[in-house]
Amino acid sequence: MNVAVIQFPGSNCDGDALHAARLTLDPDAQFVWHTDDGLPAGTDLVFLPGGFSYGDHLRSGAIAARSPIMNAVKAHAERGGYVLGVCNGFQVLTESGLLPGALSRNTDLHFLCRPVHLRVETTDTAFTGAYTAGQIIEIPIAHGEGNYYADAETVARLEGNGQVIFRYVDNPNGSLNDIAGIVSERGNVLGMMPHPERAVEALLGSEDGRGLFESLKGVLGKGVLVK
Amino acid sequence: MTASVPSLRDRAGTFGLSEGEYDLLVEGIGREPNALEAAIVGAMWSEHCGYKNSRPLFSAFPTTGPQVLQGPGENAGVVDIGDGWGVAFKMESHNHPSAVEPVQGAATGVGGILRDIFAMGARPFAVLDSLRFGDPDSPRTRFLVNGVVDGIAHYGNAIGVPTVGGEVTFHPSYQENPLVNVMALGLLRHEDLAKGTMGEVGNRIVYVGSKTGRDGLGGAVFASADLSDASQADRPAVQVGDPFMEKLLLEATLDVINAGVVAGVQDMGAAGLVSSTCEMAYRAGLGITMDLDRVPTRESGMVPMELCLSESQERMILVPVPGREDEMHALLDKWELDVIDIGQVEAHDRYRLTWRGEVVCDLPVALLNEAPKYTREGVESEEIRAARERDLSGLPVPADLGSVLLQLLAHPTIASKRPIYERFDHQVMTNTVVVPGAADAAVLRVKGSSKGVAATSDCNPRFVQLDPYTGAAAAVAEAARNLACVGATPLAITDNLNFGNPHRPEVYYQLQQAVQGIADACRALNTPVTGGNVSLYNQYVDQTTGRTVAIHPTPTIGMVGVLPDVAVRATLNLKAAGQTLYLLGTALAENDGDSIGASQYLETVHGLEAGRVPALDLDLEARVIAGTLALIRTHLTDTAHDCAEGGLAVALAEMGMASGVGLQVSLPGTARADALLYGEAHSRVVVAVTDTEATERTLTGLNVPFVRLGLSGGDSVTISLPEQDIQLSVKLTELKAAYDAPLREILG
Repeated sequence: MNVAVIQFPGSNCDGDALHAARLTLDPDAQFVWHTDDGLPAGTDLVFLPGGFSYGDHLRSGAIAARSPIMNAVKAHAERGGYVLGVCNGFQVLTESGLLPGALSRNTDLHFLCRPVHLRVETTDTAFTGAYTAGQIIEIPIAHGEGNYYADAETVARLEGNGQVIFRYVDNPNGSLNDIAGIVSERGNVLGMMPHPERAVEALLGSEDGRGLFESLKGVLGKGVLVK
Repeated sequence: MTASVPSLRDRAGTFGLSEGEYDLLVEGIGREPNALEAAIVGAMWSEHCGYKNSRPLFSAFPTTGPQVLQGPGENAGVVDIGDGWGVAFKMESHNHPSAVEPVQGAATGVGGILRDIFAMGARPFAVLDSLRFGDPDSPRTRFLVNGVVDGIAHYGNAIGVPTVGGEVTFHPSYQENPLVNVMALGLLRHEDLAKGTMGEVGNRIVYVGSKTGRDGLGGAVFASADLSDASQADRPAVQVGDPFMEKLLLEATLDVINAGVVAGVQDMGAAGLVSSTCEMAYRAGLGITMDLDRVPTRESGMVPMELCLSESQERMILVPVPGREDEMHALLDKWELDVIDIGQVEAHDRYRLTWRGEVVCDLPVALLNEAPKYTREGVESEEIRAARERDLSGLPVPADLGSVLLQLLAHPTIASKRPIYERFDHQVMTNTVVVPGAADAAVLRVKGSSKGVAATSDCNPRFVQLDPYTGAAAAVAEAARNLACVGATPLAITDNLNFGNPHRPEVYYQLQQAVQGIADACRALNTPVTGGNVSLYNQYVDQTTGRTVAIHPTPTIGMVGVLPDVAVRATLNLKAAGQTLYLLGTALAENDGDSIGASQYLETVHGLEAGRVPALDLDLEARVIAGTLALIRTHLTDTAHDCAEGGLAVALAEMGMASGVGLQVSLPGTARADALLYGEAHSRVVVAVTDTEATERTLTGLNVPFVRLGLSGGDSVTISLPEQDIQLSVKLTELKAAYDAPLREILG
């Protein structure tokens, strides 16, 4: 199980992502710089970390989505490889077209950092297999632009396909349908605003994010899971 | 009639120099300076850079100890926490910029202090903010609070350093002149400790980071004068921050320091290019020549005065190790920053600048760095003395003491700060073990080690106002006690001395007394001073009435401590029902009016700022700290909270509200009920324990006085004074409603 954490200029959860990946999945997880044009051979999971890539200039995630490494990430996703985008990583995924919709400013227009409760909507994905359906988990959020939006047709499709895998119990940002995390149609790309990498050690208050990495552990290395 | 051009000496004031200082400059260089030279000297001799009024007092500070890796004089102090790790830390003010442009003022306050930390070779890993505002109900205060919070969030969240603690208080003296003091901590391996020096002759001087613009011009001088309505016209003296650029600069700087290719590093802070290069030359005892034409600029037509004194943000000076210049440039290329060689270190003692082929500045390095020192005469204000000596014994004790508790909890100084800290990313970097609001200090783990680092910032300005010596010593004591309450051994302090205009004898008196108080407390508690910042001239001149309003003297203490094992710590919330509550430290109030002196209660309920500050016994303080640490480290308690604003009753209420577990206690004694409940004696800690016998044995063994208060449990805070037949009991939900609302409302 090989994990590559992509670093864009302005990424600031890159170290956290690497730390969590090493703790839970891959002791040899490594950074990949945004100007690289390829992923390390054998990469199973690409982790797009949180932060303010390119200083959020233009729109959050917009410039990172067009940086050289993203061609390789898209090719990896097309092959059915796993991609996890957290916070700014989620924004990069919607900006690059790997996931539908967009993240706009929180309804109260302020950055918000607090633990929130999420409901695990389905365990039938590579990212949630270790949870139980309907399980309530506590994961921190830290974002100013986490308000998920997509047109009605897209939202209906996401809901119909079971692509909404994490939902806020108490919506902190105005996201449509309380959406906190969605997967791609094939189920191999996950974007979520809450930070599972901040919840893998009891010392820091919650281990509820571990389930996500444990789930991946079950499928990684066994080839890709494509619907 | 011919208009005469005023001489440079007549214009000395515009450079921040007095005529006497101008004459001193002429005498020092043996000629008249040109305008650029006068401006450079004015900036270097400003209080902000040259500490001319404060430095003579600093000899009182203890600055050494086995835990000190780097004392005062560098970009930041560094303490040893063991296992080869050091913590660099410093606090700095951005008061005047925040008064006129709160968002950028506060944002660049964060940016500036972070650069001081990574200039030491340390990765910044925590920020604390000590913020003081005026009347919470006024539109101006709301504007400032919202702006400052937005500024800190904008910068800190984006750069990815967690904001883990601090203080926010309100008092009318800060109405026009708020205080924004930002403390940052960074982690380094001992071998990566970097210094702000030019190194040796022949070294290159390299400029890295943002281009130079016209922002922040004269900021050091602006920070060293009184505020007035006219200060709004000084908005160009406020810098504009770009956290994205700072993030690149941070990573780039740490890359080259870790690679061992730099001999010296310093950020360009107050007085920009000049102060950084000038101080580095001074530390090396050498001269330098720099070519101003090479300074990268944001706009065309910039003149030497602007190039030298701009305080454009996110700029560093790097001095490569000779022979490794190319390696340094190669490492920096990754970050796509401007990297420009602007000069060299030379074997003389001059600070030389050239522009368009001519020498435009040629001054002795020592003269620039050795600002004249002023020892002034301090005289205590009669008004303050009278307030302190006021007899309070005739004040009535309110009949409804329960509603007083609600009133105090709803005072914005005491009320929950959650609406503020939720706007700050306090968890990025995944080290934050104790989050804001959960305990008396923030606790961070050190990855790859079992240790924890704790940090706090403290000052009760009302104490300092009424008694600057005791008040300042009490700030040190409170900081140390707060660290003990999470299980950390206090190590060292940084101080941020915010005062009014030192030319006024009553202000100078406060400064003098406060410095002595800090020095004595630091000596007693073994927490040396490793650096700090001085912000004078925090007063506002009302131009219509001519009245001067000085801030309450506010020597903010930033203290850092170490937890040998981060797993062994305490927080303030009650963990379970049925535990026994003890009060460690000072016996309950004496029966006289002084026992409510200088309290928040007195101000909020009686509208009085008066009375004696409770006496501080530093020996007792040290024992209370030792007792608290002993209980935590022997696992007798994981619940500790110190008593501060609002006294024992507020501390108990906070412990109950934090987890929804109530308490029933009784306070012995016949002292005034308001003093027992709300008096603010120092050196007091409340703990909750299960093993009472071992607890009492431990405390007795360490000679720590204690009182058994009662038990945790229930859904209310119930406090009885059996000897006076008084009881108050308030539901936790009611307390919480009062406690949670005020800041939410102020932030809108």
